[in-house]
Amino acid sequence: MVAKPVFRTCGVTGLKIHDGAELLIKANAVTAVVVLAVGGLFGLLVALTRWPSVHLLPADMFYLALTAHGIDILIVWCIFFEVALMYFASAVLLGSRLATPKMGWVAYALMVLGAVITNWKVLEGNSSVMMTSYVPMQADPLFYVGLILFAVGALIACFIFLGTLVVAKAEKCYEGSIPLVTFGALVACIIAVYTIASGAIILIPTFLWSIGLIAHIDPLMYKVVWWGMGHSSQQINVAAHIAVWYAIAAILFGAKPLSEKVSRMAYLTYIFFLQIASAHHLLVEPGLSSSYKIFNTSYGMYLAVLGSMIHGLTVPGCIEAAQRKKGFNKGLFEWLRKAPWGNPVFSGMFLSLIMFGFLGGISGVTMGVEQINIMIHNTIYVPGHFHGTVAVGTTLAFMALCFFLVPVLFRRELVLPGLAKLQPYLFGLGMGVFSVFMMGAGTLGVSRRHWDMAFTDAPHAFSHAPAAFLMMGIVGVSAVIAVIGGAIFIAVMVGTILFGKPMVFAPAAAAPSAPPAVATYGSAEEFSVPGTFTLALLFLTMFVLYYFVNWKYLASTWLLS
Amino acid sequence: MSIFPPKEKVWFNEPVEKAEILWIGIALVWALIMFAMMPLWHLKGSQNMSNEAYRIQPDKYQAKVDEFVEKYKVGEEGKAKTPVVHPPAGSDVYLLARLWEWYPVLELEQGKSYRLHLSSLDWQHGFSVQPANINLQVHPGIDEVVTITPTTSGDFGIICNEYCGIGHHTMLGKIRVVAGK
Repeated sequence: MVAKPVFRTCGVTGLKIHDGAELLIKANAVTAVVVLAVGGLFGLLVALTRWPSVHLLPADMFYLALTAHGIDILIVWCIFFEVALMYFASAVLLGSRLATPKMGWVAYALMVLGAVITNWKVLEGNSSVMMTSYVPMQADPLFYVGLILFAVGALIACFIFLGTLVVAKAEKCYEGSIPLVTFGALVACIIAVYTIASGAIILIPTFLWSIGLIAHIDPLMYKVVWWGMGHSSQQINVAAHIAVWYAIAAILFGAKPLSEKVSRMAYLTYIFFLQIASAHHLLVEPGLSSSYKIFNTSYGMYLAVLGSMIHGLTVPGCIEAAQRKKGFNKGLFEWLRKAPWGNPVFSGMFLSLIMFGFLGGISGVTMGVEQINIMIHNTIYVPGHFHGTVAVGTTLAFMALCFFLVPVLFRRELVLPGLAKLQPYLFGLGMGVFSVFMMGAGTLGVSRRHWDMAFTDAPHAFSHAPAAFLMMGIVGVSAVIAVIGGAIFIAVMVGTILFGKPMVFAPAAAAPSAPPAVATYGSAEEFSVPGTFTLALLFLTMFVLYYFVNWKYLASTWLLS
Repeated sequence: MSIFPPKEKVWFNEPVEKAEILWIGIALVWALIMFAMMPLWHLKGSQNMSNEAYRIQPDKYQAKVDEFVEKYKVGEEGKAKTPVVHPPAGSDVYLLARLWEWYPVLELEQGKSYRLHLSSLDWQHGFSVQPANINLQVHPGIDEVVTITPTTSGDFGIICNEYCGIGHHTMLGKIRVVAGK
């Protein structure tokens, strides 16, 4: 602690990087990528089982693999990467030392330990309770212990991030306000603290119940509090991957936000409203009132959705403004056509932005309508939606950032650049098609978390429409394509870290020099973004149409009151 | 640049891009329309959650179901010889979820309304009527009541769509809707 912090200057960006922070960023990011590989493999097994003509795993292994896939991807991969991101957004972007790197290693060890324990219990076969582990279904006590340890580690990491902000301010590492990307990470961190608190409130009693110290956990109460963790943890992802979008726009294009005020206000709506929405999972639950459901599921009158729609304009908007400044001014879309589509950092980021909005965003708001949820709850539409958010949104954005960050931090050149170029298209479009057809099958009534859509061993006969089987087949094929994209990502990352050619920097490049920034436009001067605005209107049109088509579809089913 | 502190220290007073202001306005209007739709559907729509639910002990619920089955049983059906029950229109109808069956088979009339009770004896289950595509959550210890009116006739599957252990995918029940006179 007493030792003077050691810094190096990054040869690519000119940023000042604290050694202690760099090691922790590397450790957390590499662990995240390893977990992504493991969780992705479970995902492949799940997808191959749900592909009707393949039906790979037996039932018990299917439920086991699905539990592992959910926990490893939705929780472990995302949060490990987000910890790396928080350290990066604080220590590196502010040019500060990381507060208490030693505690950073404690946090890291707890998270690894927790993840290993929970995975071990799941793989043992006696904790196939799905990620949600709804009571009164019971897992092995250590299953809950693992999750609790992981959460404690993540909480420590959150406070190290907050501590680093304090250190950077006190040691005058920067002037004025923190950068927008750091602000986004701060929003993610605040939501994370809320999330972990909810997790602790429900998982600790559930653990005590599993060892017999508490007699009863109310299933409804469990769900209300559990989703305070389960849903909000996905909002950490949203806040974090939007910060990644802004970061990549800045790194590749030197883009500055159209307006600091608007982008930060949009983030502010997240702090107020985004994490309240646990009711998305409780809309057809007995025993909760409609007024609670309506306020909660709408994120407080859709104000957080408003925030997301603003980011949806300002992120591509700042790229457009930067590109136009560079002379790509022809027509509505020259700025976009001439963007570096062969660079996986850009293509991954932009596909993530578009698909998160069009697939994950629109479907999420629509299915979150109290009444429309009657047609959607627990059908395979639900995983269709959240692969449109977590897979093509968060994961793809994080992958894109890795293509930039890993060479920079490890000072090695990217291996297999040809494959890396293809990667965002394979993973992103594969997952996009996967998500669309899952939603399609869901509207035909196919259940999620279900081993046999043909109901072979059931006491009665029932058969889904043939289209449902076809769609689940397409889901299987597109999953395989996405997994190939995922495997390329892992291969490129591991290959770069182990075998990449060391980067050599000319001495001059080592001097701190800001990347070519687009200094002034937007707010100060008049510079409009017609292309982005057109895209936004297209988005809104799709949104409105899809939203009302679903109301119409609802009106045609049985009457309920 | 978004990765550096804002150039102007007092960025709050910088003028905002016109496109942004316009978009915020449009998006806010859309948000309010969406928010209004849910209460509006409660007033004007015909597919709403009832908000009627009672705490009940699983054995008491089972007793009600048994009484109901005895009263209106008209036959048996399926591999497990599940009783088929034809209750009068407008009456209270009881459906039970347990590992891993829906009990009994319900025979309803098209266009008639029923007060449908749902509860579980053990874990949580998902009541998913297909292909009508109505999905409700079923809890142990809660007697959930919805007034349901089938508008289409034929045989409908009740899929359990809340994971409930290793036999989950075999948990399939049946509702038969006979055409109205």
